[in-house]
Amino acid sequence: QSGSSLRIVSAALKQGQITPTELCQKCLSLIKKTKFLNAYITVSEEVALKQAEESEKRYKNGQSLGDLDGIPVAVKDNFSTSGIETTCASNMLKGYIPPYNATVVQKLLDQGALLMGKTNLDEFAMGSGSTDGIFGPVKNPWSYSKQYREKRKQNPHNKNEDSDWLITGGSSGGSAAAVSAFTCYAALGSDTGGSTRNPAAHCGLVGFKPSYGLVSRHGLIPLVNSMDVPGILTRCVDDAAVVLGALAGPDPKDSTTVHDPINKPFMLPSLADVSKLCIGIPKEYLIPELSSEVRSLWSKAADLFESEGAKVLEVSLPHTSYSIVCYHVLCTTEVASNMARFDGLQYGHRCDINVSTEAMYAATRREGFNDVVRGRILSGNFFLLKENYENYFVKAQKVRRLIANDFVNAFNSGVDVLLTPTTLSEAVPYLEFIKEDNRTRSAQDDIFTQAVNMAGLPAVSIPVALSNQGLPIGLQFIGRAFCDQQLLTVAKWFEKQVQFPVIQLQELMDDCSAVLENEKSASVSLKQ
Amino acid sequence: MAAPMQRWVGRGRHWTFARVDGGSCHRREAPTGSTSNRIRGRSSVAQQPLYTTQKPRKGEHKWAAVVGLEIHAQISSNSKLFSGSQVRFSAPPNSLVSFFDASLPGTLPVLNRRCVEAAVMTGLALNCHINKKSLFDRKHYFYADLPAGYQITQQRLPIAVNGSLTYGVCAGKKQSQVIPKTVRIKQIQLEQDSGKSLHDDLRSQTLIDLNRAGVGLLEVVLEPDLSCGEEAATAVRELQLILQALGTSQANMAEGQLRVDANISVHHPGEPLGVRTEVKNLNSIRFLAKAIDYEIQRQINELENGGEILNETRSFHYQLGCTMSMRDKEGKQDYRFMPEPNLPPLVLYDATSLPAGADPQQVINIDQIRETLPELPSVTRERLVQQYGMLLEHSFTLLNEVGLLEFFQNVIKETRAEPKKVTSWVLNTFLGYLKQQNLAVSESPVTPSALAELLDLLDSRTISSAAAKQVFEELWKREGKTPGQIVSEKQLELMEDRGALEQLCHSMMEAHPQVVMDLKKGNPRVINKLIGLVRKATQNRADPAMIKEILEKKLSS
Repeated sequence: QSGSSLRIVSAALKQGQITPTELCQKCLSLIKKTKFLNAYITVSEEVALKQAEESEKRYKNGQSLGDLDGIPVAVKDNFSTSGIETTCASNMLKGYIPPYNATVVQKLLDQGALLMGKTNLDEFAMGSGSTDGIFGPVKNPWSYSKQYREKRKQNPHNKNEDSDWLITGGSSGGSAAAVSAFTCYAALGSDTGGSTRNPAAHCGLVGFKPSYGLVSRHGLIPLVNSMDVPGILTRCVDDAAVVLGALAGPDPKDSTTVHDPINKPFMLPSLADVSKLCIGIPKEYLIPELSSEVRSLWSKAADLFESEGAKVLEVSLPHTSYSIVCYHVLCTTEVASNMARFDGLQYGHRCDINVSTEAMYAATRREGFNDVVRGRILSGNFFLLKENYENYFVKAQKVRRLIANDFVNAFNSGVDVLLTPTTLSEAVPYLEFIKEDNRTRSAQDDIFTQAVNMAGLPAVSIPVALSNQGLPIGLQFIGRAFCDQQLLTVAKWFEKQVQFPVIQLQELMDDCSAVLENEKSASVSLKQ
Repeated sequence: MAAPMQRWVGRGRHWTFARVDGGSCHRREAPTGSTSNRIRGRSSVAQQPLYTTQKPRKGEHKWAAVVGLEIHAQISSNSKLFSGSQVRFSAPPNSLVSFFDASLPGTLPVLNRRCVEAAVMTGLALNCHINKKSLFDRKHYFYADLPAGYQITQQRLPIAVNGSLTYGVCAGKKQSQVIPKTVRIKQIQLEQDSGKSLHDDLRSQTLIDLNRAGVGLLEVVLEPDLSCGEEAATAVRELQLILQALGTSQANMAEGQLRVDANISVHHPGEPLGVRTEVKNLNSIRFLAKAIDYEIQRQINELENGGEILNETRSFHYQLGCTMSMRDKEGKQDYRFMPEPNLPPLVLYDATSLPAGADPQQVINIDQIRETLPELPSVTRERLVQQYGMLLEHSFTLLNEVGLLEFFQNVIKETRAEPKKVTSWVLNTFLGYLKQQNLAVSESPVTPSALAELLDLLDSRTISSAAAKQVFEELWKREGKTPGQIVSEKQLELMEDRGALEQLCHSMMEAHPQVVMDLKKGNPRVINKLIGLVRKATQNRADPAMIKEILEKKLSS
C-alpha cells in the first residue's frame, strides 16, 4: 500500500510523526507547484491553515476527532461551501458565495478534515473531460509522470510534449487531479453518469459512487437530482471506505436519503479468499469501441477471480444499448428544470440589460451558461413540452425502469458484483479530445457508467494497470443497492492483487519527498 | 420605496394559480355528459337559474351558465410547506425566507407534516377519497416571485380526490328558505405559494417579497356544478366555514388566505358547453358573486350580439365592477410538468395498512385524523335546529357571522330564558344593532353575560319586553352598568301592583271620555289607544296584557 494513503498519514498524525499544520503546508506547497494542472478553482489556504491549527490543538489534547482529523481534502466546486465561492465553473455562479455548507462538506469538517479548496469541473458538471468550464481544462497529472514520459520517448512520433497533455476525464477532473498529484488525501466529486469514476480511471485513482440515498445530496448543486450522488476519490479502497464512513447516513435535509441501510463504521475486512464470490460479466458491455488494452485487462481480471476460486458468470443486461439515449432524455429534462432558478435575480450573474424582466432573464442566461448547458436546457424543455412528454420523458422513464430491472435480474441470478470496464480507453490528449463535441464525448465516455446511476447502484472504479503508453486503466465493480460495503470489500481484494503502480511525479515535486517517500513502483501483476 | 406609487399589479399573478392540467372542466365532459353531471349529485330539485337576454326576442333564448372554481386556501401552519421558515402575515419583507425558499442552489424540499395532516383532514371533511400514495410535480414558469422557476404542486396524483361540498342557497319570497345543494370536488392538492411582486412604476422597478414563497396551500378544485355568482359565493362561504372549523386554514380572504379563480361559460341548455373564460384572483365573497354574474351576463351579451367568447384569463376590476381581459402576451403557457425528484411519493396509512411498530413520528394515519375531526358546520346547524328548535335559516345566520355562534352559545349557557327567545334576541336585536353600526361580534359593546342577564329579567317577568329593549339600548352605550342596575336606576320593573294599575286605568278612562264612547259604540280597536296611554304613563313598566284585561273589565261593567 502506498505510503501516502489517508490511513497511513492518519496514523502518522496520531503518533505525532507529523502535525496537521505541517501536512497542510506540504499540501499547500504541492498545490502551488501543480497550479498548472488547473485542478483547483479556489484554494482555501487560510481556512485550511486555521483548521489545521485547531486540529493540532485537538491532537495535543488527545481529543482527535478520528481518522479524518487533520487530513487535507478537496471538494468539487459544485458543493456549497459556507463563505467560500462556489462557481460550478460557470459564469452564472462566478462570485457566488453560499451561506451554508453542503451536508457532506459539513460532515468532513465535523470530522476535522482540512478543506484545501474547491476543484475544477465541466460547467455544472456537464461533461466527461473537465475541459468545458470557464476556468479552462484540467490537466491530467499522468501527463507529467515518469511512467508516461518514458513511454513517449520511445515513440519517435511524439515531439510536441508540452502541448500534448492529457485530459483527466470528468466531470470531477479537478478532484481527480488534486488527489492524483498528492495535493490532498481524498476529494469529493459528484457522480451523475460517471463523473467520479471516469476521471478516477483516467487518473489512476479509486473512484467510488455510493448507492443513491446513502449519502446526502443537500448542498450539491444538482445536475440530475434522481441520479446525482456525491462521489469519493482516493488513492486506495480503504481510504474511500473511511470517507464513506464519515459521509453516509440519513440527512433530514435530503428526503431521498435512506434511514437504516448500512452498518457503520465502514471497516473493510480483508478477504482471505474469493471462492464464495460470484462475479458477473455483462456481455453487452463488450462493444467494438472498447480498446483492445482495456478489453484484455478486463478479461484478465475475470481470469484472476476465476483462478482464485470465484465463480465468474457471463450475464445479460439486455437494455444496455438503450441506456445512453434514455440517460440523455432524463438528464436534460432535469437539467432544464434545475437550471430554471438561475435567472440573475437573487444570486450569481446578472446582465446589464434592464428593459424588462424577460429581457433580463434571457440575456443573463445567455451570458451565464455555456453552449453545453444551454443545449441541454433546450433539449430538456423540448422533451417536457406537453406534446412530447409521453413520447420522450415517460418513455425514457419506462426504459430506466427496464435498465434498473436488468441489474436486479442479474443480481437475483446469484451474482454478487458485476465487473465491467470504466472507460473505453485510457485518457486521450486534450487536442484529441476536443475534436469531438461535448455531447458526443459524453455519450461515448458515459457508456459503462451511467446505467448504474439510473439504477441507483453503488459502483467503484479501481485502477488496474498502465497501458502501453504508461497511462492508468480502471475497471468498474457494480454492487447491489446498499451493499456498498460488500462492493468495496471485493474491490479491496482486487486492488491488493493488481498492485497498481504509484504515479511518479518526482521531477515535478522533488522537494516534497517527505510526502512521497516509500513510493516505489510496485510490481504490476496484470502487466501486459 | 415610493409608497404612494406602489400598487399590486395582477399581471403575472395568474400564472401561479392557473389550472393545473390546462384543460377545461367543461370541455372534459362536453358535449353529452355535462348537463346530467351538473344535475347529478344535487340534493335539491331547485331549478338552476336560467338567464334571458336583456332584449328578449321571439321565442326567448334561455341561457344557462356553468361555473367551476379553483380555491387556494393557505394552510394554517407555523412553518412553510417544504422549509422550516415561519409563516406570518405582514412580517417585514423577506424576513421569513430560508435558503430553500430563496431557491439557493443545492437546497432540497422537506415536506411539512402539519401541511399533510391539514390536507388529509380537509379531504375527509369534504368527503374525499384520500389517496394513500400521492406525488409531487414541478410546474415551470418564469416569474420574479417564483425563485426556483417552478412551483411544487400535485398534478398527477393529488392527496385527495372525488369529494363533495354541500351548501345552502337562500330561496323563497323573503329569501328565508334554505335549499341544500351539492358541488362535487374534483381534487385537493398540496402546493407552494409564490412570493409577492411589488411593482414600483415611478422608478420602474419590481420589488420582491419572498415571505409568502413556499407557504403551503390547499388547492381545492370544484367541478363545474355551479350556475351563478350566488351559488359560487355560498359554496365558497361554506368551504371557508369548514376550513375554519377544522383549523386547517384561517381562510381570511382579506389577508389572501383564501383566493378563488372562477371558470365560467354559458350555453343553451341541451347544447354543448360554451367556451370558458377564467376570472382570476377573486379575494372577497362579494366580488366573487359580482364577478361571476357580470361575466355570465357579458358572455351572454357578447354571444347575443354575434360575438365570440375567447378562452382567456380575465381579472375583476372591483371599482368598475367588471371583468377585463388580462391579455397575456405569450398566449398559452406550457408548464412543462415534471415529477419532483427530490421528494419520494407521499405515502399515508390507515389502521389496516399501518406497518407494525411504525414510528408514529414517521407515518400519518388517516383513521387517526378522522377521529380528531371537529364538528362540521352542517352538523352544528342540525344540532342547533334539533337542540334549540330554531329554523334552519337561523342556524345559517348564526354560523355565517364570525363569532355569532359562540356568542349565542354563551348567552344560552348563562340564561334561563327559552332558546327561542335567545335566538330571536341574538338574531334580531343584537345582530340588527351590529349590522346598523357595521360592527363585528367581537366589537360588540354588549357581552353575552349582559344579554343573558337581561333575558333573565325578561323571563322572570321583572321587566316588560319593551323595557327590555330600552335596557338593551342602554347597554349598547357601554356605560359599564349591568341590566339590573339599569332597570333599578330607571325604575323599569314591571308594575305588579294591580290596585295602582286599576287606578291608573280608571283615571285614563276619565281623561278620555271620547275614546271610551267610541269603544262603547262598538269600535273595539280603539282600546289599543288606551292601552298605549296607560303604558306610557307607567313608562313601559306595566304588562300590556294586564292593562288590557283591566280596561276590558272596566268597560264591560
